[in-house]
Amino acid sequence: MTKIAKHIRVAAILAATVFAAAATLPAASARAPETEVKIDNFAFAPQRIVVQAGTTVTWINADDAPHTVASSTKVFKSGALDTEDKFSFTFTTPGTYEYFCSLHPHMTGTVVVEAAAAGNAAQ
Amino acid sequence: MTSDHDETHGVSRRKILECMTWAGTGVLWTIAGGVPRSTGLIGEAQAAEPSGLTFLQISDSHVGFDKPANPNASGTLEEAINKIKALPVKPAFVLHTGDITHLSKLSEFDDADRIISQARLDVHYVPGEHDVIDPEQKLYRERYGRGAKGAGWYSFDANGVHFIGLVNVVDLKAGGLGNLGNDQLEWLESDLKGRSASTPIVVFAHIPLWSVYPQWGWGTDDAARALDQLKRFGSVTVLNGHIHQIMQKVEGNVTFHTAMSTAFVQPAPGAQPSPGPMKVADDKLRSLLGITDVTFKRGQQRLAIVDQPLQG
Repeated sequence: MTKIAKHIRVAAILAATVFAAAATLPAASARAPETEVKIDNFAFAPQRIVVQAGTTVTWINADDAPHTVASSTKVFKSGALDTEDKFSFTFTTPGTYEYFCSLHPHMTGTVVVEAAAAGNAAQ
Repeated sequence: MTSDHDETHGVSRRKILECMTWAGTGVLWTIAGGVPRSTGLIGEAQAAEPSGLTFLQISDSHVGFDKPANPNASGTLEEAINKIKALPVKPAFVLHTGDITHLSKLSEFDDADRIISQARLDVHYVPGEHDVIDPEQKLYRERYGRGAKGAGWYSFDANGVHFIGLVNVVDLKAGGLGNLGNDQLEWLESDLKGRSASTPIVVFAHIPLWSVYPQWGWGTDDAARALDQLKRFGSVTVLNGHIHQIMQKVEGNVTFHTAMSTAFVQPAPGAQPSPGPMKVADDKLRSLLGITDVTFKRGQQRLAIVDQPLQG
C-alpha cells in the first residue's frame, strides 16, 4: 500500500512539474509532437494526415505482408517492414509529402506539414 | 493485319476468351492455334505422353514466410520440388516467376537454393518484388542476374521456342502497377528483331502482364508496349505469378496464364478487403498450392498448360 501511495505522490509531483513547465514555456518544448499511421489491409490509415512541422510520424505495419514507406520525391524511405515493424520520420519542413509502398505502389498516402505555431518554431 | 495470322493455320479472328479457374482440381489446357480447350483433368494429362519440349513453372515460394496462412513455406516448397522429381516426364528446365524469398534475406535465398536445387534441373529466374527489398537491391542480381541485362532481364532458346524473362518489379511509381521501363522495352524490341513470326514465344515475368485487378496492383502499366511488339508472332504464351492463383485469358495469339504459389493463398480479386495472405483450412491448403507443367509440341502449334496442386 505504501508503495502505491509513493507512486501516486511521485506522479503528482511529476504532473505538477509538467504543468508548471507547460505554463511557463511554449508547449512544444515539453514534448515533440508524434503521430502514427497504421498500415493495414494494404492501405495507409489515415491515408492523409496534417501535422505541424517538427512532428515525428511513425508507420506501423499490421499486415502479414511486408510493406515500405517511400517518399515519391525520395525525401524518406523505409526498409522492408515486416509484420509489426515500425518506421519513423520527423517532418521539419512545411509542405505536402506524397508517399507510397514501393512494393505495392497502388498504396499511397500524404503527409501535409504545416508551419508550427509561433511558440513551437524554436528548436 | 490479317497477314499476321497466316502462321496460325488460318484462324484469323478469335473470340476473346477469359477463363478464370481457381485451383482445386488440375485442368489440362491445350492450345491449338491460339484457342484453348480444356481437355481433361490431371490424371489424363499425366497419362498422355508429351513429345517435344516440356518445362515447369514454379512461383511465389516466399521462403521465410511463417505467418498463419502457411507457417512453413519452405516445407511446401520442398513438397513442390518432390512433386517435380516424381513427374513421369522429366522437364527440360524450370522457370521460377519470382518471389523466391519473402524478405530478400541472404538466408532465405540460401534456403531457397538448397531446396530448389534438389530438383536437379536448370532453373531460370525472374525476380518478384519480394526479391529486391534488401537495402542495396543486390542479392538477387548477384545470385541470379549474371549475364542478364538491367535489373535481370534476358532471353534464351530451347527446342525452337524463344523464352524471354522480363522484370516488372523495380522502379515502381507511386499509384502505379508493375513496370517494365524504357530500357527493357528497347531491349525487347532488339531481342525480337529479325525473328520469324512463326517462332513460338514464351514470356515470363512476376506481375501479370495483363490487367487482372488494378485496384490491387495486379497488372503492369506499360505491358501494352511489350505486347505490341509480340503481336506479329503466331504463338505467344505469357506466364506470370504474383497473384497466387490460377487465371487464364486468351487474346488473339496470346495466352496469359498465372501460376499457383508454393507458399500461401491470396484471395480472388475483390473477395477480401486486401490481397494479403489468406488463411484457408489446413486440409485445403495443399489443393491451392502447386506447380505448372507446360508442354510445347513441335509442329502442332500446341502448348499444353497443366496446373498441378500439391495435393488433391
